[in-house]
Amino acid sequence: MLIVTALSVVKTRSLFAIVALSGVFSLLSALLFITWDAVDVAFTEAAVGAGISTVLMLGTIALTSRTEKQSQRSNLLPLVAVILTGAVMVYGTLDMPKFGSPDTPVQTHVGPDYLKRIPDDIHVPNAVTAILASYRGYDTLGETAVVFAAGIGVLMLISGLRRRRMDDNADEDPSDKRDTT
Amino acid sequence: MRHHLILRVITKLLVGTIFLFALYVQFHGDYSPGGGFQAGVIMAVGFILYGIVFSLDKAQKVFPPWLVHKLVAFGVLLYGGTGIYSILMGYAYLDYTAIDPNHPSHGQHLGILIVELGVGITVTGVMVAVYYAFAARTPVLSDEDW
Repeated sequence: MLIVTALSVVKTRSLFAIVALSGVFSLLSALLFITWDAVDVAFTEAAVGAGISTVLMLGTIALTSRTEKQSQRSNLLPLVAVILTGAVMVYGTLDMPKFGSPDTPVQTHVGPDYLKRIPDDIHVPNAVTAILASYRGYDTLGETAVVFAAGIGVLMLISGLRRRRMDDNADEDPSDKRDTT
Repeated sequence: MRHHLILRVITKLLVGTIFLFALYVQFHGDYSPGGGFQAGVIMAVGFILYGIVFSLDKAQKVFPPWLVHKLVAFGVLLYGGTGIYSILMGYAYLDYTAIDPNHPSHGQHLGILIVELGVGITVTGVMVAVYYAFAARTPVLSDEDW
């Protein structure tokens, strides 16, 4: 089903349908994550991928146009690039241990240690939250900072706050610039 | 969207539930799946839904842009401030034992809660701010074009 959805995204020309289909794609992959017992990841995928990014993309379409432009160039080079990248990725997975096998680095490195220590250290039933917020607190702080930076970037690019302030400035006395910087 | 009666009624019913669910995900994150990131997004979805159905102005009256922009920074500061607090108390940066030295696990618990709250506030702020930024521009397409 994931593949069918992906293919129909490629085939469709109406951007509205493409956005809807990518939402479907996200929901399907969230289901896939649930069957792999990665409930937290599935939750995030459903909320972010299917929920908010669909809305934001619809907002973008409302600002731009509804249909994709017909491409003039040939599709050969992109196709080769995609196939090559795919082949490299498949080649990379050949070395990977079997899904769910117990003697992988993931299962033998710090993972079991965390799982053993969490009940004593933190008394939090959800190990994912405990690891994210406590043992890997720096990483999560970094993630939050990334979200913060991304939000600031988007605001500076498209919110037009700056232009409005400049207009205000033009009306005001030029010496009164303290709170605009 | 003045004519969509069903949408408006359903939205009024849903927005409260969405906020409640977001708070549940936020503060129940240590017991069940979820945490700051997911809760922040769900919270933002509540505001965005309200904004889409009842016009941007009404949403901005409920949740004004200046407050959104302050919250974006406040979340990160709350997270970082927790770390600073633990340094001041003589522990390592972001070592939540500092919050309650007599009961380390209580401290950890509270620390996780505070930090996740910081994450949630920032994510809500960023998402709503991005939505405001998009929606504040005049759309090229009219309603009939869809």
